[in-house]
Amino acid sequence: MISHDTLSASSTTTAPPQTEHKDPAGSLGDSADRPDGTPKVTGDFAFSSDLHAAEMLWGRTLRSPHASARIRGIDTSKATAMAGVHAVLLAADVPGSATYGMEHKDQPVFASDVVRYHGEPVAAVAADHPELALRAIEAIEVDYQVLDPLADSQAAIDAPPIHPDGNVFRHIGLRHGDPDAVDGDVVVEGTYEVGMQDQAFLGPESGLAIPDGGGGVDLYISTQWLHVDQEQVAACLNLPPEQVRLSLAGVGGAFGGREDVSLQVHVCLLALKTGRPVKMQYSREESFYGHVHRHPATMTYRHHATADGDLVKVEAQLVLDGGAYASSSTAVIANATCFAAGPYRVPHAAIDGYAVRTNNPPCGAMRGFGAVQVCFAHEAQMDKLAEALDMDPVELRLRNALSTGDTLLTGQIITGTAPVREVIQAAMDHPLPPEPADDDPLERLPGGTGMTAMGRDVQRGVGMAVGFKNLMYSEGFDDFSTAGVRLELDNGGRPIATVRCAAAEVGQGFHTLALQIVRSELGVQQVVLGPTDTSIGSAGSTSASRQTWMSGGAVQLACRAVREELLHRASDILDVPVDGARRELLDLRGGEVVEVDGDRTMELTELLRDSAIDEIREHHHPPTDPLDDNGQGNAHVSFAFAAHRAVVDVDGDLGLVKVVQIATGQDVGRALNPRSVIGQIEGGIAQGVGLAVMEEVMVSDGLVRNPSFTDYLIPTALDMPDVVATLIEQPEPGAPFGAKGVGEPPTISSTPAVTAAIRAATGAAI
Amino acid sequence: MSGLSNTDPAPDPYSLHVNGREESVPTSWLGESLLYVLRERLGYPGTKNACDQGECGSCTVLMDGRPVVSCCVMAADAVDAELTTVEGLGEDLTDVQQAFLDAGAVQCGFCTPGLIVAAHDLLDHTPDPDELQIREAISGNLCRCTGYGRILEAVANVRDQRLSDEGERSSP
Repeated sequence: MISHDTLSASSTTTAPPQTEHKDPAGSLGDSADRPDGTPKVTGDFAFSSDLHAAEMLWGRTLRSPHASARIRGIDTSKATAMAGVHAVLLAADVPGSATYGMEHKDQPVFASDVVRYHGEPVAAVAADHPELALRAIEAIEVDYQVLDPLADSQAAIDAPPIHPDGNVFRHIGLRHGDPDAVDGDVVVEGTYEVGMQDQAFLGPESGLAIPDGGGGVDLYISTQWLHVDQEQVAACLNLPPEQVRLSLAGVGGAFGGREDVSLQVHVCLLALKTGRPVKMQYSREESFYGHVHRHPATMTYRHHATADGDLVKVEAQLVLDGGAYASSSTAVIANATCFAAGPYRVPHAAIDGYAVRTNNPPCGAMRGFGAVQVCFAHEAQMDKLAEALDMDPVELRLRNALSTGDTLLTGQIITGTAPVREVIQAAMDHPLPPEPADDDPLERLPGGTGMTAMGRDVQRGVGMAVGFKNLMYSEGFDDFSTAGVRLELDNGGRPIATVRCAAAEVGQGFHTLALQIVRSELGVQQVVLGPTDTSIGSAGSTSASRQTWMSGGAVQLACRAVREELLHRASDILDVPVDGARRELLDLRGGEVVEVDGDRTMELTELLRDSAIDEIREHHHPPTDPLDDNGQGNAHVSFAFAAHRAVVDVDGDLGLVKVVQIATGQDVGRALNPRSVIGQIEGGIAQGVGLAVMEEVMVSDGLVRNPSFTDYLIPTALDMPDVVATLIEQPEPGAPFGAKGVGEPPTISSTPAVTAAIRAATGAAI
Repeated sequence: MSGLSNTDPAPDPYSLHVNGREESVPTSWLGESLLYVLRERLGYPGTKNACDQGECGSCTVLMDGRPVVSCCVMAADAVDAELTTVEGLGEDLTDVQQAFLDAGAVQCGFCTPGLIVAAHDLLDHTPDPDELQIREAISGNLCRCTGYGRILEAVANVRDQRLSDEGERSSP
């Protein structure tokens, strides 16, 4: 049977409010069709790498082959002299800020005096043909004095600084309760390591920059956050932001890897220098060098519990290797520290989280953002503790599970929904898959059609894990999104709404959701998307599982403003006051304005005949606080939870693993597009399974050893297990439509569930 | 341009047969892959470039009716072949394309054209594949967004629909 979700949404609280009229097809709650679906299946959808312009040149980056070196000189004369090569740029050619960075501007546009990681940009060229651009960068002679790289993250804490800003991006010493005063009856400890994971989005970085002839530039780019790119590019170009206009080009996946600037500055510099359109498109190898990865982590834990199995204290030291530049390391280590103990009640904790600088590749955002690494460790610890207590590991988790009203390690009390027990129960309630049989096809065995496992020594194991993380930005960041909705009549006199928002559609389905929201809020069937660009205010990043809440909320606010104007217009015509106490006398229902206590109605066509309505609104989430010196504070807005149960077959002799099935329960608040939610869950689990059994960017002495899809393996259709999912729908108070972001939780606990299953199958201490 | 450099003169003009049309390549570099020529010289960008070494299947096209990864085929080697890209599968949406939409098999969409070509190839040659055959047939196409669940469902749905249509046609 093909993997089939049960889609058995178990609503444990009230369903969304029922309205008397019927919403248009494709409203909230429907599995509405994607507006970009048809062009994506026909090949007509324009990804950033598909763009073309007349007289276009090809850009290419020269990157350091060393992890640490001093640059003694660069000779570009041979490259510059090549026919068909139109520009060769170095650090001295950057007119504005020499460095950039999302939070800390510590990363050079081009290295000038030293290189700090393997793959750091040193120069860029523009040429008539991509092969010529390649030859031109190969003709640039860089005189490096190779240095010993600082490759050990633990040693980096006290090592001589490799950057003027120091080696420790951030240390958080979280102290909760009175950790020095208490100990548990039972204590278990362990050290856990998680490797460097690549986002491995299918569409490599690419963009097209077109000079406007007046000193400015238009950039068509695949990114996660147009406005933060705009700000950084403009600063490096020494241009006002309005002269650096960004438009979202089709994005071939993201998963955190497009949050930082990659080629944005380089391609704009080349376009301005040559006065011609320039396209850059990374190869897969360059993509591995060109974006940040998931932080490798070394985590040492000690869990204390009572003899009955109540958690008393968690102590941990977390060291995340941030690589050469800061990227979002300071926020990643905050997440790792805040969620270090998992979704459990822990009265006392001492967690020391470090994010450090090394000469390894820079690390930053990837789906799960710090919660993935610690979940791997805390869930292994929970299994170890269950064994020490001689207690069922599921029972131990249920006993300690967080729920609404409980306190986190940060002292913050959870006020929203926290269905931890429900997600655990839902994952465990799925029937187990059939036991392996002697006549199973070889493809089902560990090793697959390679026939390396013959079935004799295959052991089955079952394991589970639970995880959680914050939704949206934390620690006092003023997180907001902007959206505009225009309602007017089309050429045929029918109402049509256009929704505009700079939120990056990276495949997750925000554009679909934006249309659903407008249909539901305004009752209008015809809804189209405006451009996704910097001509409207920022939407924030497509990350942190935040766009449904933040930009969905902004679209809702803009719709509400349009509705208000409709009611005003109707009130003038019908002579029904809508201000003050009598506001409720008119309502917008089923695509028309109706008199609540009467029977008069007004069609939208009448109200829009003279002029359109166009409203733009910003949506901010409730303010949060920074963490204090002890890592305490109401730093987060909301949390999402998931549990995974993994079934694996292992050939212990050969070390081969086949993941047979993943069952999950996930806290989604409310599924606004069930088909999209299932897509996020299955896709997120694939990345979690990949991290568990096959994915790691191999780095030794600071050098990346496997920058290709031949050597960095991601799951294929044969590797991917069946997925069965239960959605737990408990609407989140304060969330637009009650929905929680769903993108990240599938990736958090699926990895430790697989390793738990492998432990169960083999008894190995992994 | 007369060639990349003095040592790389442009080859003679040549033509490719793409989606039933004769497409002329008046100037080129001999080292160009079929993928590059389709995308950059002939205006068929539906075929995608994701790994450059035949691992991901995003650049899959049909060459004389069989799937190839066009990044690993030299364009000049394809001059006598009938080529079909995702743009040439049908005037309207094919059953495979429609099934991908209906099942939710499309997210970012970068792998989608290659997968659709691979799914057509499977179902055109193996009308009744079982689940493992479907998995195997698309295992050369990497997808990073979906976890394959909806893609497998889409292909199985087309299989079932075609078998059902066939059954209706052959029954009296």
